[in-house]
Amino acid sequence: MIPLSWYLYLSAGLFGIGLYGVLARKNAIAILMGVELMLNAVNINIVAFWRYLTPQNMSGQAFAVMVFAVAAAEVAVGLALVISIYRRRKTVDANEINLMKW
Amino acid sequence: MTAEQGVFLFIGFVTLFSAYTMVTRSNLVHAALFLIVALFGVAVIFVLLDAGFLAVVQVLVYIGAIAILMIFAVMLTQDNASRDQESMNINYGWAVLLSALFAFALIVMLGQWQDIGAMAPTLDAGRDTVVELGSALVSPDGYVIPFEVASVLLLAALIGALVVARPQKKGK
Repeated sequence: MIPLSWYLYLSAGLFGIGLYGVLARKNAIAILMGVELMLNAVNINIVAFWRYLTPQNMSGQAFAVMVFAVAAAEVAVGLALVISIYRRRKTVDANEINLMKW
Repeated sequence: MTAEQGVFLFIGFVTLFSAYTMVTRSNLVHAALFLIVALFGVAVIFVLLDAGFLAVVQVLVYIGAIAILMIFAVMLTQDNASRDQESMNINYGWAVLLSALFAFALIVMLGQWQDIGAMAPTLDAGRDTVVELGSALVSPDGYVIPFEVASVLLLAALIGALVVARPQKKGK
């Protein structure tokens, strides 16, 4: 039997690594990959809470499905933006995409 | 230690290791492949949590669609100039500090919570959670409105991605 804490610690670690990827990477696609890791960590948390605390109703799994849908939408629009920026500026480096930076 | 715990520890280690390798590799194709390994590890975690349907959706949506889309985008935007450059930005140190602090704070906060060591209640035998999830998603007492909103969001994302990524017309 696995205690709930193991899942929560795993997802905390995964979230930290994803946050590190988002903050430290220069390439915009690598930043999106970090966001995917963070969403996966959130999903592990949601499903673990469903299984351990409220397995009698399906709210946990239903919201995990919503997170899947939002992640798919996010990555589609994000990559479309990256490709559009690459076409105009010939770069995907987040440091060089600074036209609107104050 | 039971077999279940052994599987969890192995998969958890593989997931965290490949996630870490993913964010530190400068070659983006390698990073995308390690992302697939990490996503597959999360799918196994879903199986351990008795959410078989979500594990299948994880493999289909994340590995089958999102990771492949990532690899497409990497190949479309790759040029020789960016391949050998430094992959981390100048705020590297702050990023290490902030993310380590965040994960540490989460773990400390979770450690103080009283239900942290809870064990999984047994699911009733003969209960089909996939059927329950399906009817919860479409029943008016359940989650039909979030479900419809999610489908509208996906449609909006589909149209938005098409409009954003479409090549510019000539003469504009």
